[in-house]
Amino acid sequence: MCTYLTQSGPIDGSGKGPNGWFTLTQATVYVDHPQHAPYEHTVNIDLANPKLGPAARVGLELTEEGALALIESIRAALASAPPGLASANGPARPVAA
Amino acid sequence: MYDAMMAETVKINGHQGDEVEAYLARPLTPGPSGGVVVIHHMPGYDQSTKEMVRKFAAHGYAAICPNLYWREAPGAAPDDAAATARAAGGVPDERLIGDVAGAAAYLRGLTSSNGKVGVIGHCSGGRQAFLSACELDLDAAVDCYGAFVVNTPPEGSPLKVRPVLPLAEKLSCPVLGLFGADDQFPAPDEVATLEAELTKLGKEFEFHSYEGAGHAFFAVDRPSYRPAAAVEGWQRIFEFYGRTLAA
Repeated sequence: MCTYLTQSGPIDGSGKGPNGWFTLTQATVYVDHPQHAPYEHTVNIDLANPKLGPAARVGLELTEEGALALIESIRAALASAPPGLASANGPARPVAA
Repeated sequence: MYDAMMAETVKINGHQGDEVEAYLARPLTPGPSGGVVVIHHMPGYDQSTKEMVRKFAAHGYAAICPNLYWREAPGAAPDDAAATARAAGGVPDERLIGDVAGAAAYLRGLTSSNGKVGVIGHCSGGRQAFLSACELDLDAAVDCYGAFVVNTPPEGSPLKVRPVLPLAEKLSCPVLGLFGADDQFPAPDEVATLEAELTKLGKEFEFHSYEGAGHAFFAVDRPSYRPAAAVEGWQRIFEFYGRTLAA
């Protein structure tokens, strides 16, 4: 089935597409038919920058298990680093005594 | 029997006269022959849709598929174009109708045309085929598992579309509907509602629902492919067009 349900939101970082690295501005997530993965349905993630055109896109088609494992991996990686280390605002600075 | 055909990318005038890319396949016989507008599915103006266009030509019809994502993503790979169009909320109905009208006019303008034009679409294209048949003067419409003809898309859907059922009384031509009994979009109750409404309105239609088949059972390159349903479905399509698009 086509679920048509789509979550979309801003994202900040870079991705590597067919034309090299570019700045990412938008993440779109939906469960629907994949283009390439050999399953009827997958969790599809498009990391894109619409201003740079349709090819400025990193596409992912993950199984439910793969998507959930990725979420856990991201959480684990962030938890192992000092809070804020990868934040757009930089790591939290110790307050001077 | 002479069976040469030609397939090529052309430009047509779509909604509001916009120049839009389209894929055309036609027999190289003088005609007269009917035409088919193929509406591509959400994954876009892709290889499998173009194969379908050529299949119609091999069966004696001039067939054309307008690239519905041309405006958002001219020249882009079909998957990138589909992602762009999805993020933008899908194809507006008004523009779709204009593009199908342009494609139908292009087919009717071919010297080989017998003046008759049908439409076919799968998935989102199934709804758009039905919508086109309500808004345009066509000779036949094939709706392959089109969702949201009856029901409204769920909240959170990127598709800014409305149900088509209220337009059904304007239906200009016979409809062939091919559905999977295991599909959820459209689910069997949505198909039953559509059937009841068309019966009430006295419209000419023929629906087939295939057991053991779900959504996208015609898609040969996807695990949803169901050979028995697809083979029989193609037979129904060519019988239907044979009746409705004959000279």
